[in-house]
Amino acid sequence: MPEFLWIIPALPFGGFLLLAIAGRRVSKTWVALIGAGSVGLAFAAALSVGISFIGAAPGVNSYVLDLGTWISVNGFTSSFSLYLDALSLVMVLVITFVGFLIHIYSAGFMAGEEDYARFFAYMNLFIGSMLILVLADDLLFLYLGWEGVGLCSYLLIGFWYKDPLNGLAARKAFVVTRIGDTSLSLGLFLLATNLGTLRIQEVMYLAAGRWPVGSGMALAASALLLGGAIGKSAQLPLQTWLPDAMAGPTPVSALIHAATMVTAGVYLIARTHLLFTLAPQVQTAVAVIGALTLVVAGLSAVTQRDIKRVLAYSTISQIGYMFVALGVGAWSAAIFHFMTHAFFKALLFLGAGMVIISVDHEHDMFKMGGLRSQLPAVFWTFLIGACSLSALPFVTAGFYSKELIIYYSLASPLGNRWLWVAGVLGAFITSLYAFRMVFITFFGESRFRVRERPGMIMTVPAAVLAVLSLVAGFIELPASAGKTRIFSTFLSSSLPAITIREAAPGAETALSAFAAIVSLLGIFLAYILFFHRRRYADRLTASRAGRLGHRFLFGGWGFDWLYNAFIVRPFVWIARINKDDFIDLVYLGMLWSGSRLSNILSISQNGKVRTYALGIAFGAVIALAIMVFK
Amino acid sequence: MTAVYSEHALVLSVVLFALGLFGVLIRRNIIFILLSIEIMLNAAGLAFVAAGAKWAAADGQVMFIFILAMAAAEVSVGLALALQMHHKLKTLDADSADRMKG
Repeated sequence: MPEFLWIIPALPFGGFLLLAIAGRRVSKTWVALIGAGSVGLAFAAALSVGISFIGAAPGVNSYVLDLGTWISVNGFTSSFSLYLDALSLVMVLVITFVGFLIHIYSAGFMAGEEDYARFFAYMNLFIGSMLILVLADDLLFLYLGWEGVGLCSYLLIGFWYKDPLNGLAARKAFVVTRIGDTSLSLGLFLLATNLGTLRIQEVMYLAAGRWPVGSGMALAASALLLGGAIGKSAQLPLQTWLPDAMAGPTPVSALIHAATMVTAGVYLIARTHLLFTLAPQVQTAVAVIGALTLVVAGLSAVTQRDIKRVLAYSTISQIGYMFVALGVGAWSAAIFHFMTHAFFKALLFLGAGMVIISVDHEHDMFKMGGLRSQLPAVFWTFLIGACSLSALPFVTAGFYSKELIIYYSLASPLGNRWLWVAGVLGAFITSLYAFRMVFITFFGESRFRVRERPGMIMTVPAAVLAVLSLVAGFIELPASAGKTRIFSTFLSSSLPAITIREAAPGAETALSAFAAIVSLLGIFLAYILFFHRRRYADRLTASRAGRLGHRFLFGGWGFDWLYNAFIVRPFVWIARINKDDFIDLVYLGMLWSGSRLSNILSISQNGKVRTYALGIAFGAVIALAIMVFK
Repeated sequence: MTAVYSEHALVLSVVLFALGLFGVLIRRNIIFILLSIEIMLNAAGLAFVAAGAKWAAADGQVMFIFILAMAAAEVSVGLALALQMHHKLKTLDADSADRMKG
């Protein structure tokens, strides 16, 4: 069956074309059926391809499907080829499945929307591009998908384009990720010129043969790829676009800015992991960036008022965990966390979306409050999502994936105790902001009367994701709890297993227990500050230092201010004073001299016959002179 | 009787041509301009004939016949223009016909 691999990305693209052409002429029911149906079918196709792939002969670890040549010039060839292995299969399954659920949810969420067809067309285009990104065998083809998701992200953030602020947020996301994209494309140029190919497997094979560990080329190539990953995955210092990207409709935030697109950077690094093992310094940089990001973004999340911005910072922070895992060589742990994060973060966004439409599109959590009894279904699913996010021990998927990363950040030969401290601190902050969100939104006194509860079409996808947020972790259990390794064994054919340092027996259990206790402490602190003794939190923010700190964290550590002051404003200033720059002067000069010359010459056109005769005589004399004296 | 050299004829044609040219440039009356053009044409004809005589070829005289025919046509058009000009502008001053600038 793997020869039908092309169907998986083709289905959403077909849905996009159909909706783009005929979307306005058919009813909303049909639009939703086409939009969600194409992704659902893609999931079914992925499932059947996956089953046949797993059931294939042992030793067959990958499958390449060549769909034709894209570019063939001077010995360099780039082709439309798809590559299926364990890693891309996991990505495809998660993308199509979570995407399918979110599409169903969108059918309800966007029901009152005028541009229903446009929304679903963009969403389908996004899923198609993302599938190209994860299935591409060729880095250039991957780059096509990479830019495709960037474009869809821009289109969907600015979906409600009538508000200029949304357009601004869309442009910001586009421009900031473009910095990373530029770095990635430079990386591709470097690889193409030095290795003569962009096929990922060949690139890794050739690079391992030609470049010694720590060589300049390997460093440059992997650093440039890392730049691309940072931009797309909203890591420090390019994370500023993601909180603003919440301007888009909530299903968009769930799909693009939580479950799939932002993890493209994680996928890229995992896909080209061999390049990163050739450049240990860059790999360390990956871990350090991840560790810094997870703490920085987590602290910002604690202070946000907008429920979606909390989730946005939380996403940045969780992807920071994945980067830490990649940085210490725990490749499969990163992908595992990607999967569980896709489930629980999509769930949280869907829950937040249901809350938001139930309270008349209010985003401020402090104006909600006490929604527990009014929206029970939303409350329970959201609670499960928050538990999974804050890694509640034993019962949630988030626990298993996050504990794994925290453990490896210490146990891996590439890890160290600072990464571990950051991970544990992050776990504490995560449970603090997750339950702050739960307590403020759903507990306390009720400030809002909900008129209409979200329908089945929205609650069912959330319920499915809630179940997965609980049970998806059981396929990879630590030594202390049964030692199941289904996930990493499956991925071991495409990602090398991690080697861990020798440790005292029971160290893993002790470390896990410690991290679990820290998570619980975070929940407890949230309970005290935001439910039991609300005035402590108020008193904390009322003090002078507290107010300053709050403002600092609320604004995302002043990154936006910094970029505005040092990049945006100087650039605008230079652009303004340099409006008539040198290049312009050349053209203005041509214009000026042209009109001057025309003025001068038009004097000669005075209509007097004798002047013309003089001109002719003069010209004849010159012509004769040239003939005679040449 | 002294022989007429072709150089003499050429000098004469240059003088005539210069006279005609200055006439065209200096005179304002359109009739005189036409006259001056006639002089220039004949100067050119003379040069052709002189050249033909020097190399004993009939081409020079053939060219002069062409020039004569052209001059006849030119004069008829020129005089018609002068008549029209007088009719429209009540003057024969060539400089007053400068309404079409450029």
